[in-house]
Amino acid sequence: MLLPRSRLPRSRTVRALLAALVVVVLVAAGIALFRPGSPHIATRSQFVAGTPEGRTPVRLDTTVYLPAKTPAPAILLAHGFGGSKTDLAPEARSLAADGYVVMAYTARGFGRSGGSIHLDAPNYEVADARLLVSYLAAMPQVVKDHPGDPRIGVAGSSYGGGLALLLAGTDRRVDAVGADITWNDLSTALFPNAAEGGAPGVFKKLWAGQLFGAAASRTPSGSGCGRFAADVCAAYQRAAATGRPDATILSLLRASSPARVLSRITAPTLLSQGEQDSLFDLSQADANARGIAATGTPTKVVWRSGGHDGGTSTSQLESYLRGWFDPILKHGRVPDRSFTASLTGAALSAQDGSSIDQTVQVEGGYGAGRQVPTTLSGPSTTVFAPAGGNPAAVTAVPGLGGLLGQAAGLAGVAGASQLSSIPGQFASFPSKPLAKTALVAGSSTVRLRITARSTTDATLFASLHDVAPDGTDTLPSGLVAPIRLTGMRPGVPTTVTVRLPGIVQSVPAGHRLVVRVATTDLAYQLPVDARSYDVALASPQLQLATVVGRTQSTGHPWPWLIVGVVAMGLFLLGAALSAIRRRRRRSFEPALQEVPVSIEHLGKVYADGYRAVDDVTFSVQPGQVVGLLGPNGAGKTTLLRTLMGLIAPTTGTIRLFGELVGPGAAVLSRTGAFIEGPGLLPHLSGRDNLRLFWAATGRPHEDADFETALEIAGLGPSIERRVKTYSQGMRQRLAIAQAMLGLPELLILDEPANGLDPPQIIEMREVLRRYAETGRTVVLSSHLLDEVEQTCTHVVVMHNGRLITAGSVQEIVGAVAGPDRLRVADPERAVRVLAAAGIDADQVATRHSLEEVFMQLVGADE
Amino acid sequence: MNEIAATRRGVHDRLGELPTTERAVFRPGRTLSLRVEFVRQLRRRRTQLAALLLIVLPVIVAVALKVNNGGGGRGGGGGGGGGAGGSALITLGTAGATNFAFYTEFASAAFLLVVIVALFCGDTVASEASWSSLRYLLAIPVPRPRLLRQKLTVALCLSLGANLLVPVWSFLVGGVFFGWAPAQSPLGGSFSTGVGLQRLLIVVAYASVQSLLVATLAFLLSVLTDAPLGAVGGAVLLVVVSNILDAITALGSYRDYLPTHFQYSWLDALGPSVNWDDMIRGTGVALTFSAGFLALAWWRFERKDIVS
Repeated sequence: MLLPRSRLPRSRTVRALLAALVVVVLVAAGIALFRPGSPHIATRSQFVAGTPEGRTPVRLDTTVYLPAKTPAPAILLAHGFGGSKTDLAPEARSLAADGYVVMAYTARGFGRSGGSIHLDAPNYEVADARLLVSYLAAMPQVVKDHPGDPRIGVAGSSYGGGLALLLAGTDRRVDAVGADITWNDLSTALFPNAAEGGAPGVFKKLWAGQLFGAAASRTPSGSGCGRFAADVCAAYQRAAATGRPDATILSLLRASSPARVLSRITAPTLLSQGEQDSLFDLSQADANARGIAATGTPTKVVWRSGGHDGGTSTSQLESYLRGWFDPILKHGRVPDRSFTASLTGAALSAQDGSSIDQTVQVEGGYGAGRQVPTTLSGPSTTVFAPAGGNPAAVTAVPGLGGLLGQAAGLAGVAGASQLSSIPGQFASFPSKPLAKTALVAGSSTVRLRITARSTTDATLFASLHDVAPDGTDTLPSGLVAPIRLTGMRPGVPTTVTVRLPGIVQSVPAGHRLVVRVATTDLAYQLPVDARSYDVALASPQLQLATVVGRTQSTGHPWPWLIVGVVAMGLFLLGAALSAIRRRRRRSFEPALQEVPVSIEHLGKVYADGYRAVDDVTFSVQPGQVVGLLGPNGAGKTTLLRTLMGLIAPTTGTIRLFGELVGPGAAVLSRTGAFIEGPGLLPHLSGRDNLRLFWAATGRPHEDADFETALEIAGLGPSIERRVKTYSQGMRQRLAIAQAMLGLPELLILDEPANGLDPPQIIEMREVLRRYAETGRTVVLSSHLLDEVEQTCTHVVVMHNGRLITAGSVQEIVGAVAGPDRLRVADPERAVRVLAAAGIDADQVATRHSLEEVFMQLVGADE
Repeated sequence: MNEIAATRRGVHDRLGELPTTERAVFRPGRTLSLRVEFVRQLRRRRTQLAALLLIVLPVIVAVALKVNNGGGGRGGGGGGGGGAGGSALITLGTAGATNFAFYTEFASAAFLLVVIVALFCGDTVASEASWSSLRYLLAIPVPRPRLLRQKLTVALCLSLGANLLVPVWSFLVGGVFFGWAPAQSPLGGSFSTGVGLQRLLIVVAYASVQSLLVATLAFLLSVLTDAPLGAVGGAVLLVVVSNILDAITALGSYRDYLPTHFQYSWLDALGPSVNWDDMIRGTGVALTFSAGFLALAWWRFERKDIVS
């Protein structure tokens, strides 16, 4: 009856825990569901007039995404080469949901828009974009800075990014720019030359062909030009045929290049560039960033994973854009000027252990990188270029370059590194193993001395490799830098400074950096004649472009650790303080020093309101055997638990030998207890149980008096068996023996006779009687009257938590008189005589007097 | 019966001869010594079974990998880690002793070690309550904070033992099965054996700090409930819930505060250079949560009515 009640607080804890768990899950689900938000976005598609081509009017296919709340700032989104406005729908929707009026449109020459492709020419595509800005300026839903001047950002990837920069350079109404994986100068992107101060370089034939083909093949035409404007098409075809740019194509490409207008850009600009990009490599973004920042315009630079060679994710771009535009267009705050770079495969996924990218924040922002001189070595090497340019090294293939690069670097695919290095075609200049890890970011430079054996020009490809101590060779992103030298004299060395490919790579300590100069690369136009060059280092110094980066996450990690250490410190301090407080709480009453038990006004109300013990006062003197008598639920066990400091009394005090009892009170060491059944370790033998229990007290082994305890247990050879095999009576005896270990001054036994058979009970009585005779004290509880009367010198009667009476057995039996009795010699006859005299008489069996007393005391309630 | 009665009579005489009372000196600081608690725990079946499991498991994994690889002929591949997508650690698992240790650590940290640590720490107080021996320990009296301290110390030592056993034993098993080749980094490159062991040490240390969180959570539940299974299961349940929440990307940066978010940050020690940032954060999170759990456990146990 007591037990189920006392379990209540525990189940309450469990319920509270479950409730907390449910709340956490619900909150998380709520955040997950409502955080992205999906307000209604209205869309409106229509054709807008663009710049006419000669006399022919051109219509542009547009869609406007209207946010729930207008007026709002506007964002103009431009698509990549070969795409259309539908590619931009997810980005546009997301930005509109974020509170922007978004216009996505199809550039001329693509999709349902009219006109021809002019490659972001100032008079066509850029002029179109200006018209669209004016169109947005006329919309009432768009916030205006001035009449006719909308608050507007412009963004796009690749072809769209180029347009964004060109528009910002020609239209001052643009307030913010987001340009992704785009070019600085198309002529250097398609005819790159890594030799400083060099002429237009080596034709990037695979990429150029792929781009042209992709756009032209959509609309077959007799000329093979598709929707390209005639001048663009003709220029391309000439270049593709010869592999050399003429003045026409160079001027055409330069006209379509942001390089021309960078100094006029005043709108804060986000420049993100892919690290796996052999079309528009990091040097293009670098040139843009320097050009824009030169006039003091704020820029943010992101070197992200992916690019034209790797997968380009729109969701990633969109998260950059939102973070970029919000402060400028919505809040008029200072834009973020940070510089972040992504380390490809630099971390392992916690989910499945696969390698993933890691973003680092570059300290000091853009331009804070240092050129670290790194010594290279290696002899002058003769390299051969095969006739017809075949076989050629394979490094980056359009759209596949990243994959190959990763394969070469990470996966250990046999042959990948062979593909990129054909014997006899390259010269290598390794450094010593690095003393410490270097975060290479950007273009490193090296000075080379190149001698052409038989020609007046040279075409070479320089690259920077990361070589591990075990020989694993990594070519970051599969990027090579083409070198084209002209005006050479056969046999006479030319010294040239080479800008190696822009890469982001963490090169660990112990790895070597290797500059490699090769004669072929599949992606580029190669000389058709067989030739050879001598390649040597002009200077042993590699100027390694490095930055200091830290993992981008939520700021510095140290505050986390500090919080943790402080929390742990507070816990330890709290534990120590409470230990000190507990020591001070000790209370001792000298007057009661010789009184084993002194209970005053004890009350215990359990957490659920059940009053188990109510205002109980009594004391026990040395040498007494006190019986605590009462039916089940009378509060006996609660009283004994309180006596042992196991539960805290609600009111009143308990003192043992004068010392106040609480959890862990030292005086408890002078008591032995057996409360509410045995508590033994089932996996240990009886002897081990006793031994370990005594060991746990920390007192000397010889104080325990094991012999006595073992004899009291009386288990014979069973003492060596595991306790889990014991019967209830055996456990009971063992537990009582355990309570008597060390022969404590006060022995507390709760229902000791339970489970014992009659001879054992008789033995137990004798043991307790002898025990008390030594001056020690025994308190036992029982619901058996017989038991108490025969074992105890004193009795305390409890019922419903209250003390009914207390005193010696004799006193109590004497004090409470039963019905008057008459002792007769012949009961049968007496009954008959009494009946004859008119007095009712029953014959009753003789009872133990205490039982009668007890029934009388508690009977009223039953 | 007669025989027993005879021995009893011996007891009566013995009791009769007892001196009245002698006052023993009681030193709370000596109660429930670590040695005693270790014996109590080490002799339990569950401790022995857990150890056996941890010893057998790496052998089974090694045999499985060996059989799967057809005799493990990929000695001199030399290349870096696994391909994109799949677990780089599995692919490298057979490269040598250190890589095998990394792999088993990764495989067992997810659940097995969590369960075992939860078992050692969640069961320690609750099982005493369920055996009813808790009240006898407290009646000795072992001061309550001391009882928690001793039990926690022993449980943490056992947990640490499990955390050490997995990689150390795996290292030996891996060496026997796959040779002693220098470790290869799943992020490219390789370590010398010395550096590889250093990294393994970092991994073990960090994984142990992380399991402190599970340990203290289980310990708190162990104090709160009298059902050992409830404490162990509750701790594992909460870890699973935290993992599920961590997988919901929509929760964004709130996930950083989940107890298990930085559980695997030791993977950052497998790169060419060690990146400490997330491990520092993870240590902070583990210490903060652990301090909270322990404070609750101490606060609750001090005031708890022991009714079991």
